[in-house]
Amino acid sequence: MTFEVGQRVRVRAREHRGHHRTPGYLKGRTGTIERYHGTFTNPETRAYGESGLPEKALYLVRFDEDDRIYADVYEHWLEAE
Amino acid sequence: MERAVHDRGGWPTDEPIDRREHELADWELLTDALFGACARAGLMNVDELRRSIESMPREQYEHAAYYERWAFSIEQVLTEKGVIATGEVDARL
Amino acid sequence: MSDDHEHGHEHDHDDHAPITDGGEPTAAARVRAIEALLVERGLISREDVRRGIDWLVSRSPADGARIVARAWVDPEFKQRLLADAREAALELGLDPGPSPVVVAVENTDDVHHMVVCTLCSCYPRNLLGPPPDWYKSLPYRSRAVSDPRGVLAEFGVELDDGVELRVLDSTADVRYLVLPRRPEGTNDLDEGELAALVSRDSMIGVAVPQAPAAV
Repeated sequence: MTFEVGQRVRVRAREHRGHHRTPGYLKGRTGTIERYHGTFTNPETRAYGESGLPEKALYLVRFDEDDRIYADVYEHWLEAE
Repeated sequence: MERAVHDRGGWPTDEPIDRREHELADWELLTDALFGACARAGLMNVDELRRSIESMPREQYEHAAYYERWAFSIEQVLTEKGVIATGEVDARL
Repeated sequence: MSDDHEHGHEHDHDDHAPITDGGEPTAAARVRAIEALLVERGLISREDVRRGIDWLVSRSPADGARIVARAWVDPEFKQRLLADAREAALELGLDPGPSPVVVAVENTDDVHHMVVCTLCSCYPRNLLGPPPDWYKSLPYRSRAVSDPRGVLAEFGVELDDGVELRVLDSTADVRYLVLPRRPEGTNDLDEGELAALVSRDSMIGVAVPQAPAAV
């Protein structure tokens, strides 16, 4: 999935029992794509001895709270809002 | 949704932030460098390091020092992969 | 398992070592044994481990401070820094490290950034040295995203009204470096003097550089 800077997205709220880098406090939240960082090996598979390929797109997402929170979220954890 | 032990963002806590710092002890530098050497040798990677740290029992994770978590993880991953045999480290102590 | 909240004990270097309580934890003996096993098997070399230790102890916030000072005096460098911090560090002969992406974020009159890794301890080590204990601590990791202004207050930072606070959670392999604001009254300082004003904490976003007179 690719997203555009400025696009509204939601972080998927799904359960994932293995290693993953989407923090719980952001699951289910809506944010805005701030930046595209490029692609990176997938930590979810690399954590179990696999190659981590194919690489996954990584986005800096902005969450508007009282203060703004920004976090790096992989493409497969985002869906268009 | 239940949170894994390492997933601390927004975790309720009243604990103040302890700002005391310490210079890394020799064993901590060694642990850090040992992981680096293992990674360069292709024995394990940083995602495995993190994954294994995250598998620590909650009590242990929350009371372990930072590099104790690394040490746990390095041993667990290398044992899991058969690079070291179960019991080999104990035999050396 | 040793209690890492004990006070006092015999640490060679300083009084603020919460980790050990007189001796080393059992983890220390275990890692030494693992190292010995791996070296014996020819899987790693002692020299490689030694180089890793030497590298780690050679890292310090002075490198990050040089980048900040250069950005303060050279607006075009600053733009290059904001576009690609990795390349900017290389330009100064620094080693930005294996992280493929390092991003510098600029504090301005209107915006203040603060960095955390809620999941572990991700940190731009190559440019700042190892992170402080508090950065890796559970309370910081928890509260930096739920109560950032409270955390800043604990660090003695109070933002002016109308300043937007942005907390960056380094959840993946990108490392963030805060470019703090140049303090007022520093026009006469050269780059080296400016770098001396840039603390590690200001590059994490929990401190604000001060001009020398304003102590």
